Amino acid sequence: MSERSGYSPAVLKLLEKYKADLFQEVNIKLVDHREINGIILPRPFYGDPDVLVLKLPNGYNIGIEYKKIKYIAVISPAKRKPLVELALPHLREDLPLVYMLSTGGTIASRIDYSTGAVYPFFTAEEIYRMVPELLDLAYIKAETVYSIFSEDMTPKRWDELAKRIYEIYRKEAPAGIIVAHGTDTMGYTAAAIAFAVRNLPGPVIFVGSQRSSDRPSSDTALNVICAVKTAIEAPFGESVVVMHGCTSDDYCLAHRGVKVRKMHTSRRDAFRSVNDIPLALIRPQQRIKLLTSRYLKRSEEEPQLLGGFEEKVALIKFYPGMHPEILEFLHEEGYKGIVIEATGLGHVSEKLVEPIRKMVKDGIPIVITSQCMWGRVNLNVYRRGVELIKAGALPGEDMLPETAFVKLSWVLKRADDIESAYKMMLTNYVYEINPRSEERFYPPVWR
Amino acid sequence: MINYKEIGLKCGLELHQMLDTSTKLFCKCPPEIRHEDPEFTFKRRLRPTRSEIGEIDPAALFEFKKGRTYLYEGYEDNVCLVEMDEEPPHDLNREALQIALEISLLLNAKPVDEIHVMRKIVIDGSNTTGFQRTALISINGCIEVNGKKVPIQTICLEEDAARKIGEKEGGRVVVYRLDRLGIPLIEIATAPVINTPDEAYEVARYIGRLLRITGKVKRGLGTIRQDLNISIKGGARVEIKGVQKLELLPKIVEYEALRQLRLLELKKELEKRGVKEDDISYSFIDVTDIFANSKSKIVSRALKSEGIGLAVKVPGFAGLIGCELQPGRRFGTELADYVRFWSGLRGIFHSDELPAYGISEEEVEKVRRRLNMNERDAFILAFGPAEDCRNALKAVVDRIKVALRGVPEETRGANDDGTTKFLRPMPGRARMYPETDIRPIRIDDKLLETLRAKLPETPEKKLKRFVEEYGLSRELAEKILDSKFLQVFEALVREVKVPPVLIASTLTNTLVELRREGLDTESLSQSKLWELFRAVEAGTLSKEAVPEVLREMLKQPEESVTDIIERIGLKSLSEDEARRIVNEVINSSSEKLLSMNEKKAINFIMGRAMSKLRGRIDGRKVYKIVSEEVSKFFKEHGKS
Repeated sequence: MSERSGYSPAVLKLLEKYKADLFQEVNIKLVDHREINGIILPRPFYGDPDVLVLKLPNGYNIGIEYKKIKYIAVISPAKRKPLVELALPHLREDLPLVYMLSTGGTIASRIDYSTGAVYPFFTAEEIYRMVPELLDLAYIKAETVYSIFSEDMTPKRWDELAKRIYEIYRKEAPAGIIVAHGTDTMGYTAAAIAFAVRNLPGPVIFVGSQRSSDRPSSDTALNVICAVKTAIEAPFGESVVVMHGCTSDDYCLAHRGVKVRKMHTSRRDAFRSVNDIPLALIRPQQRIKLLTSRYLKRSEEEPQLLGGFEEKVALIKFYPGMHPEILEFLHEEGYKGIVIEATGLGHVSEKLVEPIRKMVKDGIPIVITSQCMWGRVNLNVYRRGVELIKAGALPGEDMLPETAFVKLSWVLKRADDIESAYKMMLTNYVYEINPRSEERFYPPVWR
Repeated sequence: MINYKEIGLKCGLELHQMLDTSTKLFCKCPPEIRHEDPEFTFKRRLRPTRSEIGEIDPAALFEFKKGRTYLYEGYEDNVCLVEMDEEPPHDLNREALQIALEISLLLNAKPVDEIHVMRKIVIDGSNTTGFQRTALISINGCIEVNGKKVPIQTICLEEDAARKIGEKEGGRVVVYRLDRLGIPLIEIATAPVINTPDEAYEVARYIGRLLRITGKVKRGLGTIRQDLNISIKGGARVEIKGVQKLELLPKIVEYEALRQLRLLELKKELEKRGVKEDDISYSFIDVTDIFANSKSKIVSRALKSEGIGLAVKVPGFAGLIGCELQPGRRFGTELADYVRFWSGLRGIFHSDELPAYGISEEEVEKVRRRLNMNERDAFILAFGPAEDCRNALKAVVDRIKVALRGVPEETRGANDDGTTKFLRPMPGRARMYPETDIRPIRIDDKLLETLRAKLPETPEKKLKRFVEEYGLSRELAEKILDSKFLQVFEALVREVKVPPVLIASTLTNTLVELRREGLDTESLSQSKLWELFRAVEAGTLSKEAVPEVLREMLKQPEESVTDIIERIGLKSLSEDEARRIVNEVINSSSEKLLSMNEKKAINFIMGRAMSKLRGRIDGRKVYKIVSEEVSKFFKEHGKS
């Protein structure tokens, strides 16, 4: 009955009166004597609840205000056609094993044609059907970990995901593990996995889509094919993001999870490596092409699980006129660490210096990154920077604010005091810090 | 002559008209077609998605398997991320919606209470998304054409598709230009109540006029396209896409009726011959060796590039593959259309046309023997890559089997001569699902009331008024009604004191003549027309001189109308000046005049005077002056 909930009581009463229900084919007589045939659909989430939604025989949906309806005659009972499951060609278990985990997001959802509602799905069968090319590429096992929007991801879930990845690598030894993830916070999760699962015997590949899989123009197929190729062919054992490299359905790029950011709200090629170049370029018909020799190789040793993320860490963006109360509030609330997205080389206003000093004094790490995204912070150039250093803030090198945030959460579960936390923050674990700023990093074009 | 009543012709029209809005339907790009080289390109593929019944459209799947990629071309200033499918659609353009509602009311249709934008799956690449956004605006309309009621079933508002520019790499890459994608179209579908070819024209013309009197639709070639669905008794519903010329409609209807008749005759003949579907098998025989030394260029070229020759026997079809379905189009032509769609081949050979094209009698005989044929049988030959040949012959056999059943339902494209060619199989029931990125739009009754209150006159009323009030002939009234200057005409008649007939004939006949002279009448601005008729109103320009001034206006678009009148010396003459000139003419030929009678003399002087006065003063005035002066002259010289 929840599907009826979009309608107003008046519409529901009308349906009741004529014993009509959702998905039934009906003949509706209007007050102006016209007659309309169609199938009653659930009310979409938005729109006027007094309007009955009907699918006409020609496929169009229209809305009719209940007041204009004189009579409803049910022609045929509800027929909701279940999605027919097509027989799959037999799977080739001789192909490399690739694991696909799903956390939700556009890539793992499908539209219900009758209602337009999007619901999650994620089975190996569905993936093979959607991208038949995979049948000749890999033996895929799929597993749903979460069915959530990516903005509902939490540090606790990073932890659980890390554990699952670790287990799969230990027990099943796949060529690679792919994680289907909503694109919005994909960068955060990719960074978290980079810190939490180490000595990776193969890559962990985050993949998503910017156009849902039920659309003929979806970017899913190319992204998934390239992700699977990366899982099988990549020499690296790192947490990466594989998404479209340009607006064309041409190639994908594998970006290092700790150095990638979603830089566009809607484009297929929204993901960009920041202060780094992508690890590899992948075309469906060619072998994966490495773009750098600076990467962590697939580990020969056992993978290592270093889980645990502190939840009381904040990532805040400085803006002109920002009140010190915000920092004071976080201090009072018992926050254990703060990453500040500061201006330019790493600056905040004069008023914030004192609260920062107080927090550091209480052992709370304050890490300075830049809202410029590209480039490295440096607190020695201007006086304010020097003041921040004196107050005890830590310049976060060329780390992305999001990466610094994830890293600080992770560090705080392992460091005993602020000194060791700062030391760990500046330790380069998984290439999250680039000691050299190369010319080709910016503008972010490379050949 | 076909008796259309007897064959049960039924035809419905689907008109697509571009609206004249300031932005596209789902983004803020200007709706303009451009002709320069594109400024950027990108490539995409489209994948068939499963329909709600778990099936993939076979034609769509085939297109995908061919490995088609689409190369899209764009311009920075009229293509944005929305057309590129890189940004969700913006809200539906309200200006376009308002026009669609206004047209709905003109067509006596009932708008729905809530509009739901849908996605109609189209994966030929013409939409970057793989679907066309379309919304049903109204239903249950009705018009009356020549006393006959024509129901209007649906009125939809939809986005136009990208323009196909061409193909590359042997059809593997299809090139589309994105400037047209997203331009608002109104789609008007009539019930299939049209029973003769001429009626199709009449109905289309009527709806076209109705659209144009709103003044809110685009004009010119390519701004209106018509699709037809046509069937006859015992035939099948065939859709014909993309007719741009109204005048072509009757011919298309006639030829399609003819084609279906001929296919039914073909079926009858096959029944008579006792041919059964099972007689025709998919056994393809390799005949490469027979053509190893063929003189046919097509054949030897195909074989040289590692192709093969493949043949299939068609029992009982001798003489029938060459039978004509439409002028210049045979059953064999139809088969070739199918081959082009379902394989990479450009065409096939059939036994009814051979020997020819360099294929010898001897080769034909060898094929016949290889296929174990008798004289009642026909064969089809394909040359090219092995897989293409197999696909081609499979398509041929599929189509031939259908011939035993009659007319296949399919989508066809119009040729310039009114014949049609196979485009693709009829898509299954339109696969539509809601466009979840756009919220449903509530149509409020108040808006409809406002629109209803200011609806323009219907074409019939306008025609009547033009004839009765403005004194236009029926012919001229129709001309101005169909002219792009209709709105200007009405404004001029209202504002400027010049006879409506002069304005109407200037805007229609005169401009057509000037265009035939090769002048560019397209860029003529409205303000210039106002200037022209204001000059006539003020008396500085005589109505006889209007065509000449207009000619100069087109030649020198920069020059003002006043300057033109001044320059070519067409400034109106006062009566006194005219009288002086007339007297000059009389005096210069006084002796000659005396040998004539007065009537003859008037005509003589009239001719000479007009050559000097034409365009500068009304001819009737000249006649009056000439009559008076000649008569005075005769009196003075003692004649009368």
